[in-house]
Amino acid sequence: MNLHEFQAKQLLQSYHIPIPRGEVVTSVENAIQAAANIGGDAWVVKAQVHAGGRGKAGGVKVVKSAQEAGQVAQALLGKPLVTYQNAPEGQPVNQVLVEQTLLIARELYLSLLVDRSLERVVVVASSAGGMEIEEVAQSHPDQILQEVCDPLNGLMDYQARNLAFALGLAGEQISAFTRLLKSLYRLFKENDLALLEINPLVVTEDGTLAALDCKMSIDDNALYRQKKLAEQRDWTQDDPKEAAAHAAGLNYIALNGNIGCMVNGAGLAMATMDMIKLHGGAPANFLDVGGGATAETVAKAFKIILADNNVKAILVNIFGGIMRCDIIAEGIMTAVKEVGIQIPVVVRLEGTNVELGRKMLNESGLSIISADGLTDAAQRVVAAAGV
Amino acid sequence: MSILVDKNTKVLCQGFTGKQGTFHSEQALAYGTKMVGGVTPGKGGQSHLGLPVFNTMREAVQKTGANASVIYVPPAFAADSILEAADAGIELVVCITEGIPVLDMLNVKAALKANGTKMVGPNCPGVITPDECKIGIMPGSIHLRGKVGVVSRSGTLTYEAVHQTTALGLGQSTCVGIGGDPIKGLNFIECLQMFEADPETEAIIMVGEIGGTDEEAAAEYIKSHVSKPVAAYIAGQTAPKGKRMGHAGAIISGGSGLAADKMRALEQAGVVVASSPTGLGEAVMAAIKARKA
Repeated sequence: MNLHEFQAKQLLQSYHIPIPRGEVVTSVENAIQAAANIGGDAWVVKAQVHAGGRGKAGGVKVVKSAQEAGQVAQALLGKPLVTYQNAPEGQPVNQVLVEQTLLIARELYLSLLVDRSLERVVVVASSAGGMEIEEVAQSHPDQILQEVCDPLNGLMDYQARNLAFALGLAGEQISAFTRLLKSLYRLFKENDLALLEINPLVVTEDGTLAALDCKMSIDDNALYRQKKLAEQRDWTQDDPKEAAAHAAGLNYIALNGNIGCMVNGAGLAMATMDMIKLHGGAPANFLDVGGGATAETVAKAFKIILADNNVKAILVNIFGGIMRCDIIAEGIMTAVKEVGIQIPVVVRLEGTNVELGRKMLNESGLSIISADGLTDAAQRVVAAAGV
Repeated sequence: MSILVDKNTKVLCQGFTGKQGTFHSEQALAYGTKMVGGVTPGKGGQSHLGLPVFNTMREAVQKTGANASVIYVPPAFAADSILEAADAGIELVVCITEGIPVLDMLNVKAALKANGTKMVGPNCPGVITPDECKIGIMPGSIHLRGKVGVVSRSGTLTYEAVHQTTALGLGQSTCVGIGGDPIKGLNFIECLQMFEADPETEAIIMVGEIGGTDEEAAAEYIKSHVSKPVAAYIAGQTAPKGKRMGHAGAIISGGSGLAADKMRALEQAGVVVASSPTGLGEAVMAAIKARKA
């Protein structure tokens, strides 16, 4: 789960990490008022969406008057912002963050993440701030600094100093950076973050540090114990079908094709998408119904798949393990009847009692095509969708 | 021979009296697994499925001499259960639980490294040596004792590989579902190493998926350490970037973790890579043939 920039900054502030003065607003009037409250003679107005590339997409503007702040807010609020990361639909801007501008001497990069091959929390820093870190890693790998945190001792002062000196900080900044990084590490652990990225971390002209932008994502598996953060989830940033599926307890991801997929198991669901592509079709979604595949979950899954108007045919691919295929067939038939599906549904069943399951589907009188194997299923569903 | 588990493996179930623990323990017993009891704190002294229930793993291991455990507890309690098993001297912990926080697993892994306990999972179907020992949620009936070692990040794709090798009469030596989480116990390399050393295993099927670089690391390992024929399939060739595809570990991030890169690395290591999961049986046959020629 991702946080908005303003939510991430509120969390930073609660750990005493310096951020620019700012206010998050949802209306033009409040944007003008915010600029007045913050004071100064220049502000930055930032669209709040869960995507990178906001600046290039026109979602971040520097303004010279409170009136102008209102104009920018007017232009951004209530409309989708399309960046290279969320194209083509973009994501709606429901809030803008109005902030003071800082006099910037240097821009640094700082992030904490879980490195899956090292199995450690790792701090990544670079003096090339303000750029995409992947680009820096490609073009100037020597500019990427890294410290690996021991799970028992956590991030040590010397590691923060290693980075501070390597980043060219000096004097008071060394201890300020050490304090900041240790707070970030504590924040990361206490809030079950998967990623915390400050880009850029700026050194102002008077030599102080501040987090100018911040991105945080929280480990979805830990949301049960991060209830306050879970409440901050902004569903408007996700595809509405994905949000509905989440509410129904299903694992669904919307894609651009026209063949709806319903599969048990995440690996098999991905493999089913691959099979459809291999046979010349395009999957409309990823959907894992899990091990149970009861009539109830299957019906819910059909409804979510059918909410996508592009879907012209559906492929149901279930490997009946411990659950018998005749019971799964029963569930599919009940769901097809209940939901009233008009488009072709190709079903591939495998596992215990498969013959009986197929026979039941074939004799159901519904618009169900029972396939003989996964390859056959993929070919049939691609043919059925090719209207 | 086989790897990890056989007819002498004595298994305890953690979360024994719960719904999942009960259902899958019944299945394991029916399969012939040597289940010796289970643990549910507070229910010690009772009997469940004809087996003793203990309050603690320490007591359970002392009384039964178990050397393996399977975990069906909810995610919030899983790290505790894994470490309890390790502390009680269990050699192999199989954790089925899905949804354990990543930071919990970092600490668990560090602790397991220190005491040498092997873990399979979490978020996995488990381990099976056909006709001898089934630990986990896989359907026993599709398996056939034989010569292919299977190691996979995905549960249902493991069943596909098993189904095909059974249909071809090759059968399986042992199947290990290593799980779909980013931080896990045994990984491809440890399993490849064990299969290479196991005389009964004549060929290996590896099922990977998008996310991370474990398949690339496995490819490097195969080049220099694996003499047996290997076939592979990588799921997620059509998966979009930046989206978590069901498994916590299945995500393409920052240009890393792509299926195409993994497939290329494995091909360069001499692995026969199937373009679809239905091709796994044929791929392993081709790999065996190529190695013999």
